[in-house]
Amino acid sequence: MEKVIDIQHLSKSFGAHEVLKDIDFSVDKGEVICIIGSSGSGKSTLLRCINLLEKPSGGKVTYKGKNILDNKHDIYAYRTKLGMVFQQFNLFNNHNVLSNCMVGQLTVLKRSKEEAKAVAMKYLKVVGMEQYVNAKPRQLSGGQKQRVAIARALSMEPDVMLFDEPTSALDPEMVGEVLKVMKELAKSGLTMLVVTHEMGFAKEVSNRVVFMDKGVIAEEGNPEQIFNNPTESRTREFLSRVLNAK
Amino acid sequence: MKLGWLKEIIVNNWPMFIRGAGVTLYISIIGTILGSFIGLLVGIVRTIPMPERGIKRIILKIVNGILSAYIEFFRGTPMIVQAMVIYYGSAQAFHLDMNRAVAAIFIVSINTGAYMSEIVRGGIVSIDKGQFEAAAAIGMNHIKTMLHVVLPQVIRNILPATGNEFVINIKDTSVLNVISVSELYFQTKTVAGNNFRYFESFFVACVLYFIMTFTVTRILRAFERKLDGPDNYTMMGNQMQV
Repeated sequence: MEKVIDIQHLSKSFGAHEVLKDIDFSVDKGEVICIIGSSGSGKSTLLRCINLLEKPSGGKVTYKGKNILDNKHDIYAYRTKLGMVFQQFNLFNNHNVLSNCMVGQLTVLKRSKEEAKAVAMKYLKVVGMEQYVNAKPRQLSGGQKQRVAIARALSMEPDVMLFDEPTSALDPEMVGEVLKVMKELAKSGLTMLVVTHEMGFAKEVSNRVVFMDKGVIAEEGNPEQIFNNPTESRTREFLSRVLNAK
Repeated sequence: MKLGWLKEIIVNNWPMFIRGAGVTLYISIIGTILGSFIGLLVGIVRTIPMPERGIKRIILKIVNGILSAYIEFFRGTPMIVQAMVIYYGSAQAFHLDMNRAVAAIFIVSINTGAYMSEIVRGGIVSIDKGQFEAAAAIGMNHIKTMLHVVLPQVIRNILPATGNEFVINIKDTSVLNVISVSELYFQTKTVAGNNFRYFESFFVACVLYFIMTFTVTRILRAFERKLDGPDNYTMMGNQMQV
């Protein structure tokens, strides 16, 4: 398996507060990895350290063998290789649906207008939002916004997709439509890293589940093992808490 | 008020009033536009994330220092005094004979620029952090983020404040009479000096100032609505359940 992202001894502190402690973690091409854990366990921070929205305090992050923390590394080019989907969607408010999916292609990848439009339309179809090209973000529902945000990230044709709690800000009714799109993407062989509270999704779709607790990776393994046979007591506690609450 | 006098002043002096109003409008339009550009530029520079170390950090610190000095100085002194200092100062120190209209536009622009810089910075700071993060996540640098994502939203949001600056400029160009720019106040003073009818002459000026500011406010309001775009969108292709 080809390693796309490799993280060694990663740490991150906000002031005196240590959010990530000595994380070792890697992502293979084509893997779908779900990161689960309680709020404040460092899941989102780990994801944000990967595309450098947060600057790691220590350790090493390599992408296809290149150290991305090197000062000479072009972080703007690197970020185009990672698609990010946010909890709060963060669609560009001044652009309509189509333009949201085109602006990155035009300004960063320097694609032609025709090509950018064709690519954007292709991915808007994938997420089922091709009819809404003229709509502004404020006119869409949460689920629709999130699907456009996924299309926007896909339009950059990244190697890895990062999902930061993509359904946590949605009404229960709308969670389904977003998860359905994500399942399709997982089936297509895209490399995905998903921070989520949707245990059903993690169980069904992922190849590997990572359980984080208090800034460390407490346990990782395939979904059957994590959900049916966790070795760590804190994994068991967490799972019984979230699964019984449902 | 003697209506007869009012009529006579208008009939005899209307070209002067119109010319004065024209100069006032001209200086305030150009001044507001240039000032807004200055404000946008300064706003962009002042929101560049500070690098943690290195030569870039030092340069950015120096530039930011100069820019805040500029803003503080021009916001902190009256425009009437700046006009005197700049116009007569440049003549005395550099033997520079500035064209009065150019000097006027220069003074109004840098003054507006100082105010607009803070308005723009406030506008940028008020944009949701998620917009910056989303732009960063697809690989945009600061300039691209500003041009394609942030500033279009900022410009819409600060339009009311910009309109305010414009209205203030229309009124405040009157202080430029101290360097004998032939704007509306200066022209009115001349008219009144000829006929000794101060009240009637300045009443005409008053009405003209109000017509200008009121029209400008209405136009900007219409422009705001146009920028907001239609409230509805049209579906493309067939209606299909997704």
